[in-house]
Amino acid sequence: MKHYELVIIGGGPAGLSAAKLAAESGLSSVIIERDFKLGGQLVKQTHMFFGSEKQYAKTRGINIAKILIDDCLKFPDLIEIRKETMVVGIYADKVITVLKNDVYEKISFDALIIATGASEKFLAFENNDLPGIYGAGAVQTLMNVHGVLPGQNVVMVGSGNIGLIVSYQLLQAGVNVLKVLEAGPTIGGYKVHASKLKRLGVDILTSHSIKRANGTEKLESIIYSELDSNWEYIPGTEKEIEVDALCISVGLSPLATLLSMVGCDMKYVSKLGGLVPVINEHHETSIDYIYVAGDVCGVEEASSAIVEGYLTGLIVANKLGYKHPDFENKQMDFLNQLTNLRSGPFGKATRDGLRELRDQYAE
Amino acid sequence: MLNKTGVATLDLIKSRFPSKEQMLQPKAVTECYEEIPCNPCSTSCPFDAITIGEDINTPPKVDFDKCTGCGICVYNCPGLAIFTIQEIENHLIYKIPYEFLPYPNPGDLWQGVNRFGDVICNVLIQKVTISKRQDKTALIQVLVDKEFELEFVTIRRPNE
Repeated sequence: MKHYELVIIGGGPAGLSAAKLAAESGLSSVIIERDFKLGGQLVKQTHMFFGSEKQYAKTRGINIAKILIDDCLKFPDLIEIRKETMVVGIYADKVITVLKNDVYEKISFDALIIATGASEKFLAFENNDLPGIYGAGAVQTLMNVHGVLPGQNVVMVGSGNIGLIVSYQLLQAGVNVLKVLEAGPTIGGYKVHASKLKRLGVDILTSHSIKRANGTEKLESIIYSELDSNWEYIPGTEKEIEVDALCISVGLSPLATLLSMVGCDMKYVSKLGGLVPVINEHHETSIDYIYVAGDVCGVEEASSAIVEGYLTGLIVANKLGYKHPDFENKQMDFLNQLTNLRSGPFGKATRDGLRELRDQYAE
Repeated sequence: MLNKTGVATLDLIKSRFPSKEQMLQPKAVTECYEEIPCNPCSTSCPFDAITIGEDINTPPKVDFDKCTGCGICVYNCPGLAIFTIQEIENHLIYKIPYEFLPYPNPGDLWQGVNRFGDVICNVLIQKVTISKRQDKTALIQVLVDKEFELEFVTIRRPNE
């Protein structure tokens, strides 16, 4: 059985950053990625990122992916990369099983960082399985990775940052975005994104949601309706609009199934996106030597996932006896960056969610 | 209103504008009213004219005495929320960010659009800058009639 000091599951922003800091500390690792390319969701983010320079603000997501991958390639002796490889099992005796090309392999490790990210939530409404109804992230992958348009006339459901950003990217690709529907009373994402859409002629309807999709073989139209303050449909406000694609962007949930499988203590924290592992401030789960970083332990922006990855890589290396020459300063810097990113009103859910989670850990 | 439509109130818009006197030179207008974790406008300004400070959630504040209206913040703002404005006789010269292909050409007459997405006037494209460091966000210099000072925000290709 092949043995690694550190196994990192997931080659997105958190996993790549963790590998870099582990390598800088002298710890070797393998990154296991199920996709055919590294970078996670960054590879389809064509917009400039927010944050500060330390998290590559004003750089487009696609280019941040290149930076993080190049950082890892600078350590060919310390970082091994396995792509198109899926982790299918984790066992308490520090063994995982992976699957590639129909071949199973067992791998043992000293420490494990799970950085599997998050997946899109979906919405229940009549006919939501018609062809032409997509998650917004799926549309971004189709459009920005594979160069395929989802349709010509689109309605976006959800006005969080992903909904607003994907709407803008659809417009850039020449697609008509007819409406953005937001069930809540106010726009969910950054207002600068909303303003960008509005001046391009896209109306964002707050307190509105989809009621039903129509079509026989594929999506042909949708019925949307106004909602009252209890988020109930207001009778008589239904309107029909012809579309050939519908994007659902109603949030993400952590991809934490591997953690449940190995028996980590889990807790449902709505403010972090759903079921998340209980962790301490070192990003360590209830099981020794199993760590997490990025959206898998709470849905946030990619900027936070990058910093969490750096922090976790640094901490795990130290725990295995590889102390970074600048450990104390680096640790303080990463913690300060996270505090700063989360200190505004948009960070409140994460702040409250983490408090709720760590209370559990203290018990 | 901003929270529900994406359009700021007139008072909010005015609060970020330079004075008439300051506007005789090009100045940056930052339409960034919300506390979001972001500071590239401040760190990219070569004249230290935009302050955000230690807490990157603080909205930017422009020192119009230091701002030269160079436009570097315009294409460095991830929210495309900054433009520059200068008053010249009966006209205004704006430098705005633009991320749609094909770009306009200098000399073109395009439509001027307000914050609601409505066409309000015709505008003259004066200059189109797209260098490598702009990373695909073009800087478009536009000549706009003076009366649209608080309304004009972007351009649209004619017949769209």
